[in-house]
Amino acid sequence: MPVKTRIRQIAALLLVDRVRQRLGLTSETPTLHMSFTGNPGTGKTTVALRMAQILHKLGYIRRGHLISVTRDDLVGQYIGHTAPKTREVLKKAMGGVLFIDEAYYLYRPENERDYGQEAIEILLSVMENQRDDLVVIFAGYADRMDRFFRSNPGFRSRIAHHIDFPDYTDEELMAIAEKMLAAQSYRFDESGAAAFRDYIAARRKQPHFANARSIRNALDRMRLRQANRHFEQPGLVSLEDLMTISAADVRASRVFEMDQERAKGG
Amino acid sequence: MRNTQGCFSFLPDLSDDEIRTQVQYCIEKGWAVNIEFTEDAHPRNTFWEMWGLPMFDIKDAAAVMLELDSCRKVHADDYIRVSGFDSTHGWESLRISFIVNRPKKEPRFRLQRTEGAGRTVRYSLETEPAD
Repeated sequence: MPVKTRIRQIAALLLVDRVRQRLGLTSETPTLHMSFTGNPGTGKTTVALRMAQILHKLGYIRRGHLISVTRDDLVGQYIGHTAPKTREVLKKAMGGVLFIDEAYYLYRPENERDYGQEAIEILLSVMENQRDDLVVIFAGYADRMDRFFRSNPGFRSRIAHHIDFPDYTDEELMAIAEKMLAAQSYRFDESGAAAFRDYIAARRKQPHFANARSIRNALDRMRLRQANRHFEQPGLVSLEDLMTISAADVRASRVFEMDQERAKGG
Repeated sequence: MRNTQGCFSFLPDLSDDEIRTQVQYCIEKGWAVNIEFTEDAHPRNTFWEMWGLPMFDIKDAAAVMLELDSCRKVHADDYIRVSGFDSTHGWESLRISFIVNRPKKEPRFRLQRTEGAGRTVRYSLETEPAD
């Protein structure tokens, strides 16, 4: 199911709950903790930010800010360091959303004396006892998160909504690229757009492909090349030129070379 | 004897909701919120012990209430106060301070007169031993 539909469903449920609460049909606060799973660059952090706004507007959290943390922010380095560190983060996040990126790193089964377990226990108790004060969103790769939840059954039962973020299709990535460029007053010319379509297809096959993040980085490099091209070219540069990313800027990418090598080699 | 130090001390004790509202006011003003405790609430004893660090990067009073609850667990029979420190230039001092927890039996203070040379009289407050 697309992410947008899921978010809309959750928002609808929360809104209806709010109304029911006002009419005295329910009284308890629903569990709002969520887990976002998906590959890198599929928009988990962005959606979490939006989620914080939605929850704030619906009156489920009081402040609507988002604190984004990873294992390093929660887990200490020596005995007695973890609990205050985790509490500090939780205190900062009170009244808002705590976003734990790559949450599965909290749990290290290979080391039974790992301090992550302590952080997990504190998290669990706050998630249960202070549901009015704090919403926790866990994020990470789907398979590892699955293993994480399986080894910590306490989390699974305390998380109400699991949202899976699928990879973007080539068309979606193209649309994202165009939006990103438009936001910075750039655009592709016709050949540039065609070249970028090829770029997406080629980039996808390579390792460390991070969906929208890869696209953003690629666009940054293309802007660099475009600037360089105008800089070295003699003569005047028009407004049109300044705004346009053309095929030359795209085709110069190393991704194409690597793609050809792969085709030859394979 | 009821101790009347700081704000709201002539009012009945604040409820947790009232404390929360005051703390939220401090946070919105950008003040660092501190929790302090002491056994000895003599008026001259201005330096109480701190419970944890000053909380200056929090957004919601729930965080202070969490700390206050854990402080109350340990120091249920001591004085606990919450204060708000304004760090802006020119102020750099406490803007609010109020007691949130008192011992069940509060100590009494007695005025002590000491005759000095000539007609000098020195006054001091002495904590009466609890009976």
